[in-house]
Amino acid sequence: MYIRDTIAAVSTPPGNGGIGIIRVSGDLAAAVGNTIFKPVSDGGLVSHRFSFGTVFDMSTRAVVDEAMAVFMRAPRSYTREDVLEIHCHGGWLVVERVLALVLSCGVRLADPGEFTRRAFLNGRIDLIQAEAVMDIIASKSESALQLAQRQREGTLSKRINDIRICLLRALALVEAYIDFPDDDLGETDSASILASVGEARSIIADLLCTFEDGRVMRDGISVLIVGKPNAGKSSLLNCLLNENRAIVTHIPGTTRDIIEETVTFDGLSVRLLDTAGIRHTDDFVEQEGITRALAKIPQADLILAVFDASKEFSREDQLILDALSGHKAIAVLNKTDLQQRFVLPCEGRFVALVHITALSGDGIDRLKQTVCKQFLHTAATDSREFVALSRARHRDALVSAEQNLQQFAGGLPDRNLELLALDLRDALQSVGSVTGQTATDEVLDLIFSSFCIGK
Amino acid sequence: MMTYDQIYDVIVVGAGHAGCEAALAAARMGCRTMLLTINLDAIALMSCNPSIGGLAKGHLVKEIDALGGEMAKNIDATGIQFRILNTKKGPAVRASRAQADKQLYRLRMKRVLEQQQGLDLKQGEVTSLYLEGEELRGVELRSGIRYLSKTIVITTGTFMRGLIHIGLNHYPGGRAGDQPSVGLSDQMRSLGFGVGRLKTGTPARLDARSIDFSKLETQYGDDPPLPFSLSTSRIVMPQIPCHIAYTNQRSHDIIRSGLDRSPLYSGIIEGVGPRYCPSIEDKVVRFPDKDRHQTFIEPEGLDTIEVYPSGMSTSLPIDIQIAFYRSIVGLECVEIMRPAYAIEYDYVDPIQLHSSLETKAIANLYHAGQINGTSGYEEAAGQGLVAGINAALRVKGRDPLVLTRSQAYIGVMIDDLVTLGTQEPYRMFTSRAEYRLLLREDNADLRLRDIGYELGLVPEAEFALFSEKRNAIARELERIADTRLIHSAEQIEVLSRRGLTDIQKGTTLEHLLKRSDISYSDLAELDAVSRETSAEIREQVEIQTKYRGYIDRQLEQVEQSKKLESTHIPANLDYTSIKSLTTEVREKLAKNRPDTLGQASRIPGITPAAISILSIALKSSSWKGLAE
Repeated sequence: MYIRDTIAAVSTPPGNGGIGIIRVSGDLAAAVGNTIFKPVSDGGLVSHRFSFGTVFDMSTRAVVDEAMAVFMRAPRSYTREDVLEIHCHGGWLVVERVLALVLSCGVRLADPGEFTRRAFLNGRIDLIQAEAVMDIIASKSESALQLAQRQREGTLSKRINDIRICLLRALALVEAYIDFPDDDLGETDSASILASVGEARSIIADLLCTFEDGRVMRDGISVLIVGKPNAGKSSLLNCLLNENRAIVTHIPGTTRDIIEETVTFDGLSVRLLDTAGIRHTDDFVEQEGITRALAKIPQADLILAVFDASKEFSREDQLILDALSGHKAIAVLNKTDLQQRFVLPCEGRFVALVHITALSGDGIDRLKQTVCKQFLHTAATDSREFVALSRARHRDALVSAEQNLQQFAGGLPDRNLELLALDLRDALQSVGSVTGQTATDEVLDLIFSSFCIGK
Repeated sequence: MMTYDQIYDVIVVGAGHAGCEAALAAARMGCRTMLLTINLDAIALMSCNPSIGGLAKGHLVKEIDALGGEMAKNIDATGIQFRILNTKKGPAVRASRAQADKQLYRLRMKRVLEQQQGLDLKQGEVTSLYLEGEELRGVELRSGIRYLSKTIVITTGTFMRGLIHIGLNHYPGGRAGDQPSVGLSDQMRSLGFGVGRLKTGTPARLDARSIDFSKLETQYGDDPPLPFSLSTSRIVMPQIPCHIAYTNQRSHDIIRSGLDRSPLYSGIIEGVGPRYCPSIEDKVVRFPDKDRHQTFIEPEGLDTIEVYPSGMSTSLPIDIQIAFYRSIVGLECVEIMRPAYAIEYDYVDPIQLHSSLETKAIANLYHAGQINGTSGYEEAAGQGLVAGINAALRVKGRDPLVLTRSQAYIGVMIDDLVTLGTQEPYRMFTSRAEYRLLLREDNADLRLRDIGYELGLVPEAEFALFSEKRNAIARELERIADTRLIHSAEQIEVLSRRGLTDIQKGTTLEHLLKRSDISYSDLAELDAVSRETSAEIREQVEIQTKYRGYIDRQLEQVEQSKKLESTHIPANLDYTSIKSLTTEVREKLAKNRPDTLGQASRIPGITPAAISILSIALKSSSWKGLAE
């Protein structure tokens, strides 16, 4: 896409609201403002000042709405282009009419995310921040929003930049020893080089550790409920949802396909998947449901294995235990209000064991907490300094940098400095790709500021 | 003004290291060439350090040699100490360096020029370019004569409006003892060129008889000395050592006591000096914690008592100079023969050049050397060679020679200069090359000999030798890939003596050579044929085999960047009409006018995002018309 035209879109959510905002970005923004908006006070629109006035249809001279408008002259705007915002009443018809007027001035309807893309292309925000804005808009949970806000503020960008600075420092040392052999720099200071690289690697390691949390905060988790028929899986689902979504009967095998619902536990988005009960059956349809349930196990972040505590451990329970092996699961013992007959063998296979009574809701809060505790290991997720990787792109770049750095550290001091420099340069390239930065003269600048060069 | 009755193909203005290569290349390519200099006794004079080569500079010299230039042959014939630097830091950062006998160096180059067919040598000061309308036609001299030429190469070094500083005294000069060139840079300015001011400096020359060498460390060259040029079979000059001395706290105190009379710190010098070659007062001020600075006492020749203390350049007043040099252990009674000085001179920002070194503003005009803001004999010679070649190619109506960044340090240098311009004297460093592993001294011929031959700069017989070497390398690479260990009694004995008991029967020699603990000389013990291989073939086979993984990685990166490098930007592209570029980026691009997207991507402040916008703009159909 090649962009240099002026774009516009409604920036408030669709439907009726208190106010509706139409945003225009591009060279025509000022002209659009002067054409369709008439301020009450004289002198027209002043950059970065809100004006009160009326939006009118220039062909009929009819007033469309009374509105507030603000014009932001480039580059001091969201996109670094000229931007006009018209704040009118929020009824969808009014908003649509104002937008139509804007578009009739030779303006194109913006593509999704195009304002942010322009902000990035025009250099106002880096790649991480651009991605964060997309995430803010797409956030479905409190935690996702929080994470995206931190990234937009630049906390992650700052950490990435810290890594770059460490690597640049190390590279400057290596290059100085290569390029100035007669300059009395002393022996290769491997300790300082390794210290800088070590610092970079430890930041990378810390960041990589946050990826699981970051991904969980951004995308939420999927929790699969399994159990033998009539263990209470659907009751549990309803309990967790606080509604009667799944059909609960006393007839085993009622749930034949997978039921999916999204809820929020303590700010964390959780996708719940209820499955067919697992047992040996001749019913073709039910068997298909069981196959699907088993197939879902490896894809889930967590499995809630529901057992009927009022019954003895059965052959079907064993089937479930076998299917779970190697996966993260919580044992949920249901029907604890009845007489207890159940003994769970090899309890160590589960990350936790929780007693509940799905029918009354007893133990459900404890279960929710236990689920959350399995994720979000980083304690201070709500602090302002909290940083987490949440995109695979960032993680992959850092993983590849770490591979180069591992090779580098393993090679010092025996391998040729020159080849080591190659590893460092590649690592810098990967790290720079996260924020979209490249290193050119920075290394030489560092050499000359830290060494007395000049034979 | 008299107009000389002959029209030259190429006139080269200035006979320093750039001018000599330019003139020789043009004449050797069959062009009627004239070399003009202010002083015929100062041809190829080493105005500063009496040495050639060093890191990245040695690389440049070998490239010049591979292309058919003269510098390498000249230093081989007149060098009095040869050393290979960085022997243990990797194959591509190994570099050759040599001390020269300064007078012999100059005299030999003059002789080569004098013997070159089709080349006229003349003394005179060029005061202006002669243009008819916008067309360049020749040069005019202070003596009142006008020479006509189809192309002109300007290599004025530090001479344009040269101003020499010693303490608070200053006087016009192109170099100590020579007149400056006045008028030419004013004309350049009036023709619309951006002309700036740079500064450089040189240490005092000292009387060796007044130095107590027994108090200094001695540094000998390599034995045997290895030549730079492919054409030199061995070094015949006598070899002599350098000596190492150090400044001390007292030296630094003396320097500090003279700072109030330093033209550098009192603001008299406006020109920007090189950060990598600071004066001693700069070092003391910027690195106050360093308790000593090293200097190599380099001989200026076999038959002279003059020596050069490297790294000790200064523009401090003469009384401070005397006290300072005498504060160094071993130099307590030293006599200064020529004082140290700083020199300011005009340069023409190289951003105004095409990659061929032709100016964008005036066709058929080429700039090379310090006029482009570089420093160093080797940098100058590399540019001079390219400018001379391209002037000759223009006369012949052929496309210019543009070396790429993956092909040669000369390519990296010229691309840096014309893409980024320079605000301080530019010196080559290996760290400037992103494909460093490909640009080795040892493979300069493999990279560039073909080009030199096609241009007519490499004689038939020398090219035949090179072709044979290239074939031998290919044959040997193939042979070691196909030759397997048979575990003969002899081989088993060698392997066990070397403690290499893990090596299987049937392993190829190539596989063995890839190991870090096995060199080609080890192969020679295991395999009779390898014993017969010559040293230069061994070196290539060993490097190409051992570092293949890394080399392939770099070749892949070269391949990836080809798309950007080969996307041309029309010279008349109107950047102001690409609205989605920021104003800052638009201004930078409009100023630099990069020839390719690759060049654009290397301009500081041009983000990857800007490059993608530009790339889209170039592809977009609405731009097609503009490009035509």
